[in-house]
Amino acid sequence: MSDIAIKVQNLSKRYRIGLKEEMPDTLVGAMTAWLKSPIANFRQLRKLSHFSDNGHDPDDIIWALKDVSFKVKQGEVVGIIGRNGAGKSTLLKILSRIPEPTSGRAIINGRVSSLLEVGTGFHPELTGRENVYLNGTVLGMSKIEIDRKFDEIVDFSGVEKFIDTPVKRYSSGMQVRLAFAVAAHLEPEILLVDEVLAVGDAGFQRKCLGKMGEVAKEGRTVLFVSHNMTAVQTLCSRAIRIDEGHLMENGEVNQVVATYLNSNETKLLEQHWNDPQTAPGNENAKMVYAGVLTEPGYDINHLTIETPINLVFRFLNFRSANLLYLNLLLYNQENICVFNTVSKKQSYPKGIVEGICQIPAHFLNDNVYTVWFLIHYLGADGISIKNILTFEIHDANREGLGWYGKWAGVVRPNLEWSLRATSSYSNLHHYE
Amino acid sequence: MKTLNQTIIEPKKGWQLIDWQELREYKDLFYFLVWRDIKVLYKQTILGFVWAIIRPFFSMIVFSVVFGRLAKVPSDGVPYPIFAYTALIPWTYFSTAMSSSTQSLISNANMLSKVYFPRLIIPLTPVLAKLIDFAIAFLLLGVMMVWYSIVPTWNVLFLPYLIILMILTASGIGMWLSALAIQYRDVRFALQFLVQLLMYAAPVVWPVSLVPAQYRLLYGLYPMAGIIEGFRSALLGTNPMPWDLILMGALSATIIALSGAFYFRRLERIFADVA
Repeated sequence: MSDIAIKVQNLSKRYRIGLKEEMPDTLVGAMTAWLKSPIANFRQLRKLSHFSDNGHDPDDIIWALKDVSFKVKQGEVVGIIGRNGAGKSTLLKILSRIPEPTSGRAIINGRVSSLLEVGTGFHPELTGRENVYLNGTVLGMSKIEIDRKFDEIVDFSGVEKFIDTPVKRYSSGMQVRLAFAVAAHLEPEILLVDEVLAVGDAGFQRKCLGKMGEVAKEGRTVLFVSHNMTAVQTLCSRAIRIDEGHLMENGEVNQVVATYLNSNETKLLEQHWNDPQTAPGNENAKMVYAGVLTEPGYDINHLTIETPINLVFRFLNFRSANLLYLNLLLYNQENICVFNTVSKKQSYPKGIVEGICQIPAHFLNDNVYTVWFLIHYLGADGISIKNILTFEIHDANREGLGWYGKWAGVVRPNLEWSLRATSSYSNLHHYE
Repeated sequence: MKTLNQTIIEPKKGWQLIDWQELREYKDLFYFLVWRDIKVLYKQTILGFVWAIIRPFFSMIVFSVVFGRLAKVPSDGVPYPIFAYTALIPWTYFSTAMSSSTQSLISNANMLSKVYFPRLIIPLTPVLAKLIDFAIAFLLLGVMMVWYSIVPTWNVLFLPYLIILMILTASGIGMWLSALAIQYRDVRFALQFLVQLLMYAAPVVWPVSLVPAQYRLLYGLYPMAGIIEGFRSALLGTNPMPWDLILMGALSATIIALSGAFYFRRLERIFADVA
C-alpha cells in the first residue's frame, strides 16, 4: 500500500452551467419578473452550490468528472490526455484540493505541489524579496525552508539586481521567472503539471518541462496534463485518457496516445467517386479518386514530419486534344498557403489519368493541412476542388533535445549545415 | 523509507470544527499575509501611518461639534472630545476589521481558485492586520490625556482582555459575512449601512448611562457596548468597570465567533466553485 502515491476511487465532480432564463414578452410580465427578480436571483445564486438530489439530472448540470478511478505508484510519471474540456484540469484541481469532489475520493501519500499556480499571492506593491516569501508560504513552504533556499531561488530567477524593487516595476517576463523560480524550489513528493494553464513564452515552457524531467528523474511522482503528445510520450511511462469526464483508457503511453490520436483527428485521407454522374468535374474531366498515401514501412494513421507523403489523384479525361496540367495548393490550419505546385503540361488520351505529387519527409512542419486541387486545360474549362483532402502531420520524437515546445516555421526542412573550425585558439591572441 | 503524510480528498459531510493542527502548519502563511496587509496598506501614500490617526481624529472633531456642542449629548463628566476619541479607537478598529474581513474572500478569489490552504486564514488576516492602526491611534489618546490631564485608572490592566474580546467579535462577524459575501455579493452593499447602523447602536457618541436600567443587560449582548464602556472606564475613569455589559458581550461574541467558524467551515468547500 505504501508504494501507491495517488489512489483515486470513483471520483466525480458536478458543475452547474449556464442557467436558463425566461424572457418575459409583455410589459406586465416584465414588471412582475422585475419584482420577482430578487427571489429568482437568490435561487440562481443558491443553485451554484446546492443540487437537488431527485435522481434525474437537469440539463444545466454537467459532470466534469464521472466515476474516475486509477492508481499511481510512487516515482511514476503519468500523462493525462484528452480533448479540451474533457476534465483533465478539473482532475488536477481536485487533487490539489481546490474544489471539493461531489463524490468519490482520492488518497494522496506525500506533499503535493503543482506547476499550475505560478505567481499566486504575488502583490505588485511588494518587492521581489517580499514576494518570494509570500508566494513560498502560499505554496506551502515554511519560512525556514525559504530562508535556506532564498539565494538559490533568486539565482535561478536571474533578477538579483531587482530583488528589492517592487514587482510592479518588473517586466512580465521577470515576474514569471521569479514566480517560477519559487515554484521550482518546492520539494514535493508529488508534482502536478498542467501545461494548458502554464501560459508563457516558449522559453518558460521549456523551463517548466525541463524541471519536470528533473523531478521525474529524482524518483518523484508526476501527473502531467498536456496536449503535446510528443512531450507526453517522451516524459511519461503511462498515460490516462479522459473524455467527457470519463476515464477511457489507462495504460502504456504509446498505446493510449495512439488511440487518442485516432479518435481525435480531423482527416480526410481518401475519396472515391464511383459514379461519374455525381463525381465533381465538368464535361472535360471527372474525378475518380483522391488520396493521401505513404511509402511502405510508415503508418498512414500517424503521419509525422519524418513520413514521406504521396498525394494521388485519378480522374477521367475527356479531352485528348488539349494540353493539361495539374495544380495543387496546400494550406495549413492557420490558412497560410504553404506552397503552390504545378505538373508538366502534356496531353493524354481519353480515359483515366493518374497524378502523384510527392512531398518528401522532413519538409512539412507539424500541422493540419488541406489540399486544393485543380486541373487546367489550355483552351478549355478546367476543374477546381477545394478541401479535397485533409491530413495531419505530427511532431516526431525529439529525444535528447530536452525541449518540446511548438517548432516555429511554416515548413520544417532538414537543411544541410556545415561547420568547421577555421582557426585554432593560439591564433586568437589579438583578441585578448 | 520516510513516512509520507497522507491526505484524503473526499466530500465533507456536515459541520466541521476548526482544524487547529492544520492552522498551525500554515502559521507562516498567516504571518506573511498579515504582514502583507500591513505593509501594502499605506504604500505610495505621503502620510503613511498618520492616516491611522487622521480618521478617528476627524470623526472626533465632527462628533464634538455636532453631538457635544450642538446636541449637548452628555459625556459622563469628561470633555466630549476625549470621551468620543476613547470610543473611536476600538470602534475604528472594529469597523475597518469587519469591513475588510467581509471583503477578504472576494479580493483574494484568485488565491482560492489556485492553491489549497486553510481558508479561515483569509478573513482572520485583516482582523489581525488592523491591530497596527489600532495601536497607532492610541498615541494621539496619550497626547490628549496629557492635554486634559486625565490619569488612567487601575482598570487599565483589564484592557488586554477587552482587546481580545474586540478581536473575537470582529473575527466572528468577519467569518459570517465573508462566507456569505462570496456567494451573495449583496453583502458588500449592505455592509456600508450595517457599519453605520452599528456605530449609532454602539455607545460611541453617547454614554451607556442613557440606556434605561431594565434594558441594560439586553443591550450588553452587543459586544461593542461593553468594550467601549470598558475602554472609557479603564482610561478615563468615567464609571466603574461595566462587568455586566462585558460578560454579556463576551457571551454573545463567543456565540458569534463559534457559529461563524462553523458556518465558514461548512461553506468553504464551495468557495472555489462560487468565487
